[in-house]
Amino acid sequence: MHVKRVIPCLDVKEGRVVKGTRFVDLRDAGDPVELAEHYDREGADELVFLDINASHEGRATIVDVAAKTAERVFIPFTVGGGIRTVDDIRSLLRAGADKVSVNSAAVKDPELIRRAADMFGSQCIVVAIDARRKRSGEGVSGWEVLIHGGRIQTGLDVLEWVDKVQEYGAGELLVTSMDADGTKGGYDNELNAAIASRSSIPLIASGGAGELSHLRDAILEGHADAVLAASIFHFGEYSISEVKSYLRQCGIPVRIEEGL
Amino acid sequence: MIGIIDYGAGNLRSVYNGLKAVGCECRATSDPAELGSFAALVVPGVGAFAQAMARLRALSLVDPLLGFIGSGKPVLGICLGLQILMEASDESDSGAKQDGSTGLGVLRGRVRRLPGGQKVPQIGWNSVRFLTRDDPLFTGLSSGAFFYFVHSYYVDPEDTAVVSCRCTYGADFAAGIRLGNVHAVQFHPEKSGRNGLTVLRNFGRLIER
Repeated sequence: MHVKRVIPCLDVKEGRVVKGTRFVDLRDAGDPVELAEHYDREGADELVFLDINASHEGRATIVDVAAKTAERVFIPFTVGGGIRTVDDIRSLLRAGADKVSVNSAAVKDPELIRRAADMFGSQCIVVAIDARRKRSGEGVSGWEVLIHGGRIQTGLDVLEWVDKVQEYGAGELLVTSMDADGTKGGYDNELNAAIASRSSIPLIASGGAGELSHLRDAILEGHADAVLAASIFHFGEYSISEVKSYLRQCGIPVRIEEGL
Repeated sequence: MIGIIDYGAGNLRSVYNGLKAVGCECRATSDPAELGSFAALVVPGVGAFAQAMARLRALSLVDPLLGFIGSGKPVLGICLGLQILMEASDESDSGAKQDGSTGLGVLRGRVRRLPGGQKVPQIGWNSVRFLTRDDPLFTGLSSGAFFYFVHSYYVDPEDTAVVSCRCTYGADFAAGIRLGNVHAVQFHPEKSGRNGLTVLRNFGRLIER
């Protein structure tokens, strides 16, 4: 039974987790490795580390986080944020990251996807897409790709970009709705369903999770293969195991190990 | 000491970390002359079949590896390290040499592509059914345990008696084989959480002390 994945996202700045965490079993709630171990214990299927405001000098820090995580956490993890070059990707994979996610750099130079996929295999190249519904106007529909954390419009149509990144060798898509992100009002299922209907690679839905039903809907209505969330996990609103029990009750196949 | 064959086929670090975490001494190696000195070998692997075989040949590791298998000491193939045990693969590769689709031939049969109708590669967790109760690699685990898979191809051995566990993704396929001292799995024990570490620990215990 192939299962849907539940993925907590950890925002990391200069080697520290920036969003609040309230877990009693952590000695140091700001330590990304401790938090990763916590989520592993709870039954997370994968982890995503997002290196926010990653400066060139800051790269060494996230590589170190990847290396320390790989020594102590034995589920797959992805590192994203500020990745610009094949060398950035190589150093993270060598440190022990299973996948990297590229966003702005891929928009500026789509060949980066092809070069990285050729060199390291498509399975470890995740393309992250920040999508925003096009502003209303006569005959305007669909979503636009934003970059640099949603600050810059590209004019690129999301669905066309999805086609292109697949052609270039992306192994997975991590799609964040910039309309839904931070609202806790649910994922943009229309966006995710539109992407899922035309892609043959797994889709990780992100942005908007506030309630358990939102994760269910992302899978059932948005046809996502995996659901990513940050704040609902970090603030202890829901544990990973609560999410999974709920999804299983909804008839969605998930990984629940006996004794966990 | 467990040798992890380093033939440029990725994820060595994860396998190393996993074995260390369960208390196994291990070291990466690509030196054909020293393979025989290890108590056990792990053949990891992510990537393309033809390139992996070409790298093994270029490093002169094929004969020492077959020799090690013949010695009766424990061997664990992971993912591509399972697939290259077969005679041949359907995986086409534009950069392949003429003999690029020829495997080690430890097992009769081919490597085949996962059927269409669902997303390929399979990326994610899947439950695995153990076919026997006495496979020492799976001691302490229950049939139906979850493991992490990343693959587009699977092995189809002619002798189905070697299949130790099965999995379903679009179709039923062999998730692992055992032929005497040779154990191999399609999933990644080094990325399969507690279950995966159990497999690695069990493998370490196969070493005769």
